[in-house]
Amino acid sequence: MLNIVVCLKQVPMVSELPWDPATGTLRRELAEGMMNPACRAALEAALRIREIQGGEITALTMGPKMAEEVLREAIALGADRGVLLNDRGMAGADTSATSFTLARAIEHACPGFDLILCGFASSDSDTAQVGPQLAEELDIPGVGYVDEISVSGRTVRVQRLSDNFLETLEMDLPGLITVTSGAYVPRHVPMGGLQAAFDRADIATLDAASLGLDPDRIGARGSATRILNVASPLAGKKNIVLTGTPKRIAEQLFERFDDKIGGAIGKDLKLDKKKP
Amino acid sequence: MNAKRRAIWVFGDYRNYFQNRVTLQLLSRARELAVKIDAEVCAVVFGYWTDEWVDDALSHNPTFCGVVGEYIAHGADKVFLTDHPRLAAYSMETYALLMERLAKREKPEMILIGATTFGREFASRVAKRLGTGLTSDCIGLDINEAGLLLQIAPSFGGNLIAQIVTPEKLPQMATVRPGTFQEIPHDTLRTGKVVRVPLPKDLPDDRVRLIRVEHRLPRGRKIEDAKVVVCGGRGLGSKKKFAKLFELAELLNGEVGATRPVVYADWADHDALVGQAGKHIKPQILFSFGISGAIQHTAACNDAKFIIAVNKNPNATMMKKADVAIVADASQFCTALIQELKRCIR
Repeated sequence: MLNIVVCLKQVPMVSELPWDPATGTLRRELAEGMMNPACRAALEAALRIREIQGGEITALTMGPKMAEEVLREAIALGADRGVLLNDRGMAGADTSATSFTLARAIEHACPGFDLILCGFASSDSDTAQVGPQLAEELDIPGVGYVDEISVSGRTVRVQRLSDNFLETLEMDLPGLITVTSGAYVPRHVPMGGLQAAFDRADIATLDAASLGLDPDRIGARGSATRILNVASPLAGKKNIVLTGTPKRIAEQLFERFDDKIGGAIGKDLKLDKKKP
Repeated sequence: MNAKRRAIWVFGDYRNYFQNRVTLQLLSRARELAVKIDAEVCAVVFGYWTDEWVDDALSHNPTFCGVVGEYIAHGADKVFLTDHPRLAAYSMETYALLMERLAKREKPEMILIGATTFGREFASRVAKRLGTGLTSDCIGLDINEAGLLLQIAPSFGGNLIAQIVTPEKLPQMATVRPGTFQEIPHDTLRTGKVVRVPLPKDLPDDRVRLIRVEHRLPRGRKIEDAKVVVCGGRGLGSKKKFAKLFELAELLNGEVGATRPVVYADWADHDALVGQAGKHIKPQILFSFGISGAIQHTAACNDAKFIIAVNKNPNATMMKKADVAIVADASQFCTALIQELKRCIR
């Protein structure tokens, strides 16, 4: 019987975020949320481990009220309960403040946990830092970027590809693992699962006060990094649009970009300049 | 008062030395930054036989002919070295502990680490132990008017570029994407100081035990390093039509990449996956055929210098991101392009 915690993050679904170029701020409220793909793989790993070992899965997320959706989805997929960390003071946290907050919440809501699973990185900020920093914060062994997990008693064996080195590693529980997004293909939400998740989901909401957290250690105030500004890398791109028959466009492409294409492919392009 | 010079540290990530030059690239950029804040550039190396690792018979300085010597030849003023059999294999907790202790003793201004798989996890842990901030996967570094390390990093899958600083805590830490900076040419006449740091006597065993490690040599041609990448998505229509990309890639001296739906549909191998769970590419030219532009894919190709996208839908994300957006059926245009190339390349 394992007490498993899965950390989930809700990320914006759209690839092109609504962004206000005048103020340089993101309009995240306009974006639809989804469960971060790597977190989905971590949840799938948890479900498969529980199928063999038995136990309980707690899905944990930090975010706005809307982030509760990923907890309901996790419950629909088979998690036993959800914990939402929701507090204005937690907003704007960097990875260090995030891992601090998650660690205290896990100690509070999941005492005696055996295994913590996280996605290796999120699709929006892609830092891959929260998992390892959470292991540091809880002072437990942890392995990142894992593709395969097997649990035997109190020992976990994992496999990961790290910079061309295929490593097999072992640690004793309690421990933390971050899972790559390709590692475990997530199952589909079972028939009726979502309805059940909305009808009788066990979701607890915790704020900073209920966890007794120092406001100076969470959210933007607890973060060592400051974002000075954000800009779109697309600014200044020309975005030339070509239309017409495929043959004509291909000709145009070489007429206008023969140097660029020829340079990249390392071949001289002999254009037929006599064409009308 | 402490008369010690300010220092910019670069973590010596020497695994895959010949494939991955990120440490050398960081030493080069650190040199440029060091001038602006009057600091010295130090490399930090943990390992075993690191000072004899490369058998370089031509070295003018036979004492430091391994990776330590390499780092000096590529720009380090000083190398902090802990060389011990226990450090023969990369070991996360042990390396993090050694770095933590050394940084607490020496108090560097900045620590730069290559954004390799190891480097990203290692940096996260070191930053946490030092109670400082960390910006991940930077694509640019500079010193701002306040003398702070300006960390330029993609956010939201590269759809935004953020400028980040660590204003109050030290050291200022960043991981940097390989290929961001150019290494300084090897200069065997350069000299530097090697500071040997003994292994702490109280070093605990790593709680994560290495059972087996196997070096997977990268295959001959790698999509990550290709100058031209031809990427295909579901919009190509069928496996047979997708296969035409291989002919196109051959003509372009390029490699073929694929999106996740294409890999799932078995039109292409998983090796070809360009995306967050697959390969990150940085070609001079990216041809993108029938790809709408899901964030997991675009995040992995934001470093392409020039993007030519083909799609029937002019409003697809990939079309908006492209330098040249071609409104056409992806498969028909692929055929036309192959014909045109065959005519043009003589």
